[in-house]
Amino acid sequence: MQLWLKLMRAPLSAKLGMAIVAVNVACVVFAPWLAPFGETEIVGQSWVPGFWGADVQGAPATWLGTDHLGRDVLTRLIFGARNSIVIALVTTILSFSLGITTGLLAAAMRGWVDQILSRTVDLMMGFPTLIFALMVLAVIGSSIPAVIGVIALLDATRVFRITRAVATDIAAQDYVEVARLRGEGMGWIMRREILPNAITPLAAEFGLRFCFVFLFVATLSFIGLGVQPPAADWGSMVKENSAAISFGILMPLFPAAAIALLTVAINLIIDWTGATAGGVHDDH
Amino acid sequence: MIIDQVPQRIVPAPCNDEAPLLDMRGLRIEARSGEAWHVIVHGLDLTLRRGEVLGLIGESGAGKSTIGLAAMGHARPGCRFAGGSILFSGRDLLREPAAGRRALRGTRIAYVAQSAAAAFNPAHRLIDQVVETAVERGGRSRVDAMADAKDLFRRLSLPEPETIGLRYPHEVSGGQLQRVMTAMAMVCRPDLIIFDEPTTALDVTTQVEVLAAIRSVVEDFHTAALYITHDLAVVAQLAHRIMVLRHGRLVEEAPTRTMLEAPCEDYTRSLWAVRTLEKPAEPEAPCLLQMEQVGAAYGARRVLDDISIRIERGRTVAVVGESGSGKSTLARVITGLLPPVAGAIVFAGEPLPAQTQKRSKAQLRRIQMIYQSPDAALNPRHTVREVIGRPLEFYGGLKGREREVRTLALLDMIEMSATHLDRLPSELSGGQKQRICIARALAAEPELMICDEVTSALDQIVQAGILKLLRQLQTELSLSYLFITHDIATVKAIADRIVVMHRGKIVEQGDKREILAPPHPAYTELLLSSVPGLDPDWLTRLLAERERDGGTHATSWPDRLPKTGNRHV
Amino acid sequence: MGSVAELLAKRLVFGIATLWVISLLVFSAVNLLPGDLADAILGQGATPEAVAAFRAELGLDQPVASRYLNWVADILHGDLGRSLANDRPISELVAGRLANTVRLAILAAFIAIPAGVGLGILATVYRDRPFDRATTTASLIAISFPEFFTAYILVALFSVTLGWLPAVAIETRGGGWQQALREIALPALTLALAVVGYVLRMTRAAIVNVMAAPYIEMAQLKGASPLRIVTRHALPNALSPIINVVIINLAYLVVGVVVVEVVFVYPGLGQLLVDSVSKRDIPVVQACCIIFAATYVLLNLLADILSVLSNPRLRRPRQQV
Repeated sequence: MQLWLKLMRAPLSAKLGMAIVAVNVACVVFAPWLAPFGETEIVGQSWVPGFWGADVQGAPATWLGTDHLGRDVLTRLIFGARNSIVIALVTTILSFSLGITTGLLAAAMRGWVDQILSRTVDLMMGFPTLIFALMVLAVIGSSIPAVIGVIALLDATRVFRITRAVATDIAAQDYVEVARLRGEGMGWIMRREILPNAITPLAAEFGLRFCFVFLFVATLSFIGLGVQPPAADWGSMVKENSAAISFGILMPLFPAAAIALLTVAINLIIDWTGATAGGVHDDH
Repeated sequence: MIIDQVPQRIVPAPCNDEAPLLDMRGLRIEARSGEAWHVIVHGLDLTLRRGEVLGLIGESGAGKSTIGLAAMGHARPGCRFAGGSILFSGRDLLREPAAGRRALRGTRIAYVAQSAAAAFNPAHRLIDQVVETAVERGGRSRVDAMADAKDLFRRLSLPEPETIGLRYPHEVSGGQLQRVMTAMAMVCRPDLIIFDEPTTALDVTTQVEVLAAIRSVVEDFHTAALYITHDLAVVAQLAHRIMVLRHGRLVEEAPTRTMLEAPCEDYTRSLWAVRTLEKPAEPEAPCLLQMEQVGAAYGARRVLDDISIRIERGRTVAVVGESGSGKSTLARVITGLLPPVAGAIVFAGEPLPAQTQKRSKAQLRRIQMIYQSPDAALNPRHTVREVIGRPLEFYGGLKGREREVRTLALLDMIEMSATHLDRLPSELSGGQKQRICIARALAAEPELMICDEVTSALDQIVQAGILKLLRQLQTELSLSYLFITHDIATVKAIADRIVVMHRGKIVEQGDKREILAPPHPAYTELLLSSVPGLDPDWLTRLLAERERDGGTHATSWPDRLPKTGNRHV
Repeated sequence: MGSVAELLAKRLVFGIATLWVISLLVFSAVNLLPGDLADAILGQGATPEAVAAFRAELGLDQPVASRYLNWVADILHGDLGRSLANDRPISELVAGRLANTVRLAILAAFIAIPAGVGLGILATVYRDRPFDRATTTASLIAISFPEFFTAYILVALFSVTLGWLPAVAIETRGGGWQQALREIALPALTLALAVVGYVLRMTRAAIVNVMAAPYIEMAQLKGASPLRIVTRHALPNALSPIINVVIINLAYLVVGVVVVEVVFVYPGLGQLLVDSVSKRDIPVVQACCIIFAATYVLLNLLADILSVLSNPRLRRPRQQV
């Protein structure tokens, strides 16, 4: 009830953000029912314009036209939501599991455990993310598990940093000292004393990291190292159709806009919750 | 109250015939919580004449700082003026445009903040900040303003008045910064200065210096002042008149002497509640904890040296000292958080392992700790039930119904009830939170409780309640306390024995009566004499005594004594 | 001794350690390949003799440690090895492209950094007023856009619709600096838009953070004007985070060029890296990675050093009074 009231009182920008996220979630869940055609079904010629263009003979009426192989763009976008969003979500969840566990460990254990973890993370963060990912993918070859694994690992360093910072603040509180003096084990201190108090700042961070990962996957796909055809994915859709832009065909802007729209939407919601200081991504 | 031998301070009687300098009428201020605004100052009337010092006193939430800022036409973010008027020499600050209010600030009304360390800009040298207003807006030349600032530094007894201004704020100690800030307020010779708890964050011995310095310049320049504090004894040394505030309303208003000698309201009397408590003497008892020549260090820095203390069963040892004396470190050593580098600790006849991790569950159980800030000591996500229930389960293995019954019994012991069981700390008052911390410690059925400044974050009346509770628990359960505090009134209320610490060493220890009665070693004397008395002439008398003994300027005495820790905040 | 010297030395050592670890990583990347480079290049069908000969040619028959040392020594001498794809010396391949990339990054920085810092400061002066809301919302949108989206919007606008600027930045010989500027304009603008957003938001956040400090309230109570409060009281204390922001964004520029170069087919180092990754031309990938990573590390090191130097608390350690 309270949550509902809070949502109703949200500013327009946040409501807009939530609406966009809801549409995206619907696409992920109900893609086969929402999409007018099959994921790889060829419905006409290449780059047929959509509803705004003149009628082209032999082309079925489609909302957004067709892509370079004559597949329906709207259908591809709806199915693309699945790949783009699910991959980013899985990666973020993975990176959070890893980052939160190690971050809490470092804050609760302190001493050499913290030293080793922190220095390793410092070193990894000294390495530009995209370059690292490109190098690893060059060596092991690109596949979805490889992309997820590499990005999750790289992103976990950021999650580690923030978790450690938040948890170190909490671990310095007297109530954690009380637990230590009582003789509680490390497990209790991490789960019962520190984690519940770290959840709120970490939840906001989850949104930010998701945006970052989502853009990152899209970028890799755009470069040609992410999701591989024929699977639909927004980043690779932009790449496959990039040649069209020089002919004045705006088709590649749709998947790019879909990416931008979701990122803006999430950032609008995070901005509203006010849990973050200012910078949307703390790094690149 | 008998005041003999000491000439009464000559109070420059404010003339009654001229128009008041500051005149607040029906002032209402509101603060926002979430979506709603609620009133925090309810239609206050306040009048201040030229050259008059008015003390505003009250406990946390009384609205005294808000009123102080209102005198400058300033409302903190989240606060707003909702009604009334604030006339400053005839101009209504609430109707004045922003530029007009700004023109008065710094030049005619100045402000001295509680924490000088935070209120000085870390990026600029002190002198630049002191003369800023005079040069930028007072139309004075820089050279002239700087010469004036140095003169003020001298009057405020600051060391090296010629060069101290060249330092950055972090290079100067807290007490000195507070005096530099007074110089900054004074540099434009304002008509009115707002002092917002200027000595609250200082040690007692430093507080005396700052108080003396503030009083001398305010009197010299015949400046009117609003002096805001929660400590009646402090404000009594400066103010001609005192207003007691509570929840944004006036409780009573009277000239200082009348207020102290014959307060009308019970609430006013409760402001010195702790001073009225005194624990009666008790016979000796068997020893529970003994520290033998214990030393401790952070890295290479020695923080405790040659500490030997005996705590008897069912008795209280109070450890007194200023910040940096090592009294809290002592608690860390006993609990094993900071293993000693020398000496031994014997608890109930057995040597106590140095590190917390090496101690058995039973050993941990028998020593419990209570902290200064109950907010920090209670996990904000745990309910009262969980907080008290955990040690019952952890040490006693109590589960379900048994645990519930015992939790309720403990709540009853600390004068709280089952209605509080499912509350989070944020839903309790400060005093209730501290009681929950006590219950949590009691749940372990300890023999020794270490109380680290447990009352200093609380209002006087709440302090008195907690101290009474602790005393009562001691008689019922035969608990021993190691009571760490900087407040002499608290010591009188709870201690059987006193240990005076200074710079990591014990200066003096012994029976309470013995320690509190003269003669004292130099440091104890300094410490005890610096505690303000509830007497308007206390400071005057103290300065006179110190001048007589030392023969030098009254406020330069610390140099002759064992150096107190120069705090660089 | 001076804590500043100590701090700086620490950062320096850490920077060097990072470079060292990066060199190890980049080096071992090749050695982690199943089989080795020779197998990878020659493929399944190659005879064992051919593989062995090729291995000797690549120096793969030597122990790992000496191979690593030789490799590092070669890099320090400017010898980055040979490309597998066309057998040209990599240093030759890289030189011209590196210059192109640096040119692009510098131009973007010249647009983005002053604009970002300036707008960020203005946003705090007019905090919570329409100007502030507009700039923060616009910057939020700018940084939420993937670079290729911004790029294609600019292309659609400036090359397709208006026909002012070329959509691809293929290097043309001759044509003077105007021609060169025309070609670099869109990629630089794309990069600059992303960076302005970040710099603006982070500058604003740094100052707003400082504005909550008690000494700002003190400045208000001393009667200072809003402009003076921001410039004289807040800015000096926000300097260290702002310098950090600027340099971190410079580091980002160096890396962010990769995508922008791909979009505009700009002949820079990023394009080379992406091409080589697709071709799995490992020695070129290694060389590009080392260059990018080293620049990134050095810029971050510079950020650390400057932020230490701009903090009076660190510059002048407390003295005993």
